[in-house]
Amino acid sequence: MANLKLENLNKTFGTVEVIPNVNLDIEDGEFVVFVGPSGCGKSTLLRMIAGLETASSGDILIDGESVVRTPAADRGVSMVFQSYALYPHMTVRQNLSFGLENIGMDKAEIERRIQDASKLLQINELLKRRPTQLSGGQRQRVAIGRSIVREPKIFLFDEPLSNLDAELRVVMRFEISSLHERLGNTMIYVTHDQIEAMTMADKIVVLRKGVIEQVGAPLELYNKPDNKFVAGFIGSPRMNFVDGKATSVTADGFNFSAEGLGDLALPRGQRPVEDNQPVSFGIRPEDLKVVGDEGEGWDFSVSVSEQHGRDTYLHGLLADGTEILVHQPGQFAAKRGDMLKVMPDENAWHLFDSDELAIV
Amino acid sequence: MTDTASQTNGPNLVRFLTRKQGGIKMTWADRVTYGYLLLGVFVMLLPVLWVFISSFKEPANLSEYPPTLMPVTMEKVEVEGYKTPLPLFEVVQEDGSVKVMAQIRRVGIRAQMVDPENPGAGRVTIDVKKATPVRKFHLAIENYEELLDSSGGNIWLNIYNSAFITIVATLITLVMNSMAAFALSKYQFKGSTVALIAIIATLMVPPTVILVPTYLIVSQVGLVNSLWGVILPAVATPTGVFLLRQYMLTIPDELLEAARMDHASEWQIYYRIVLPLSTPALAVVAVFSVMSRWNDFLLPLIVLNRPEVHTLQLALAGFQNENGIVWHLLLAMTTLTALPLAFAFLFLQRYITAGIASTGVK
Repeated sequence: MANLKLENLNKTFGTVEVIPNVNLDIEDGEFVVFVGPSGCGKSTLLRMIAGLETASSGDILIDGESVVRTPAADRGVSMVFQSYALYPHMTVRQNLSFGLENIGMDKAEIERRIQDASKLLQINELLKRRPTQLSGGQRQRVAIGRSIVREPKIFLFDEPLSNLDAELRVVMRFEISSLHERLGNTMIYVTHDQIEAMTMADKIVVLRKGVIEQVGAPLELYNKPDNKFVAGFIGSPRMNFVDGKATSVTADGFNFSAEGLGDLALPRGQRPVEDNQPVSFGIRPEDLKVVGDEGEGWDFSVSVSEQHGRDTYLHGLLADGTEILVHQPGQFAAKRGDMLKVMPDENAWHLFDSDELAIV
Repeated sequence: MTDTASQTNGPNLVRFLTRKQGGIKMTWADRVTYGYLLLGVFVMLLPVLWVFISSFKEPANLSEYPPTLMPVTMEKVEVEGYKTPLPLFEVVQEDGSVKVMAQIRRVGIRAQMVDPENPGAGRVTIDVKKATPVRKFHLAIENYEELLDSSGGNIWLNIYNSAFITIVATLITLVMNSMAAFALSKYQFKGSTVALIAIIATLMVPPTVILVPTYLIVSQVGLVNSLWGVILPAVATPTGVFLLRQYMLTIPDELLEAARMDHASEWQIYYRIVLPLSTPALAVVAVFSVMSRWNDFLLPLIVLNRPEVHTLQLALAGFQNENGIVWHLLLAMTTLTALPLAFAFLFLQRYITAGIASTGVK
């Protein structure tokens, strides 16, 4: 049980700054997910917390105590690796007990911990097997079991589900979430899959190129993205962006105008928009409504229509050439080449300035 | 790999040895392939086979011309009135019939013979052209008995010396090489590449070139005529280090990190994680080491000068007396010397091929 604090943490490989400067507070018992595209430094950050990577500068505090110079084994954290990293030549039981034997723990205590963990993860039937005799999901459980027996303050997960098939991933996602509820430990979870992030996290940390773009609860990030990157990254399928200009700005409203699309009248609220300011208009696929083929709205030519049964996804082009995706609930008959009119929901759009920051 | 190995057992062996390309019919490519392989087997196996078969020949049989393929001996018989058994000959009689007679002595082209069934009939002088010796198949196991008896126990000493050098040197080689390989494959440190290149570069120096310096060092350290003087100079081998390093590179670093988080010291990571996972490569290095140590001649020759520290190979070379080389003993000993390695290969070939294949080194 512990909170974690990262202070001005920096990691440099030679002349390359992988993580320029990270400050982050993680509360006791939180399930935090680091998410970002590959190469964003999320794994490096996790490995620095684990102690497998040294920090170039800055500090890591666990329970207020600096551990930045403490060896990995003594930080009170445990890690589940992407490849599971189970010792192939040892049985499951030996895999679980290896770390405990190394600190000279009492045999009875080791046995108790193994029994507890294997019951919790339903691997007690597998204790005599070797990792090669296990399925992917079972290996995953053993890897988690190896973390649990150490009774760490903080659990670290490095993309633990990326080697599993889609179905098993859903199951394990649920299991890890319920494990968190039962154990109540602080857990840090790294993934590039924003669905995992959305479904599991108490708090999501979105990273890009080693920089924290936004920290917040899943829906907070979904509803109020700080910038275009977060808006595009969180949510699946991703948000549509249409580039244009703000025109006819008044105290109450303004028009969003893009070439060939005409003017779209929007309420201004408290937004600091200026006349002729270049802006990017963000709208999620589910917030675009098909309003028939005549009348008001943006012209939309369908190029691909994906029928999922319960949902229909229409890929296509706007009149200005922007590729967008439209989500229609239910089954919707449309085929390649159809011309439709789409209308953004007037309460569910986002506006970004030329620096990609949200205008709110 | 293991599949083909298991196929060689039982009735599958025939199927395995008569496999054809693609279909059921033998094509010209199959014929050429099998012909070429048989030639290879012939060329490589023949000398070994010759040594093995000849080790069961009597001295007389060995020096015979033309040589016989199988070990044979002259049929001998006890004849009344003669102290030693006499060799039997088939003699063509004047009437054309063939009679078996025992030869008493031979002078030039004439031989004195006697009828073994009726020695009282007296001696007969016969032209040797008309007599052909009666032979029988005979394994001269006495070669081996003589070898073990005549050496006065020295051969057991030779075997002990060879075995001691081979086993101890191989164990030390495995430890030294794997530690070097572990450092070179799993740690990043300044000069690691230079160290690796330096180690591999020593491959290019012929052993004969460093023979004299090696001897000088051994003698300075006072290890001349000690088995350790042979063991120590070559415990670190560049091929072993390189082979093990290549194999260890394939062990994922995450395993080592997991072990590190499991409170394992670097030493424990080495012998509890990396060593067990490198077994196939270790087996290959062990086999190479055993082979080269057991067959080593040059280094023991200059370092070990007293008979009681001679290895088998040195003893083999010393198998001559004032009359020249004692062929029958030499051949018997050569066979004995080659046997342990042959058996090692028989039982370990699966690991050797697997290990060599997986290290990507040929």
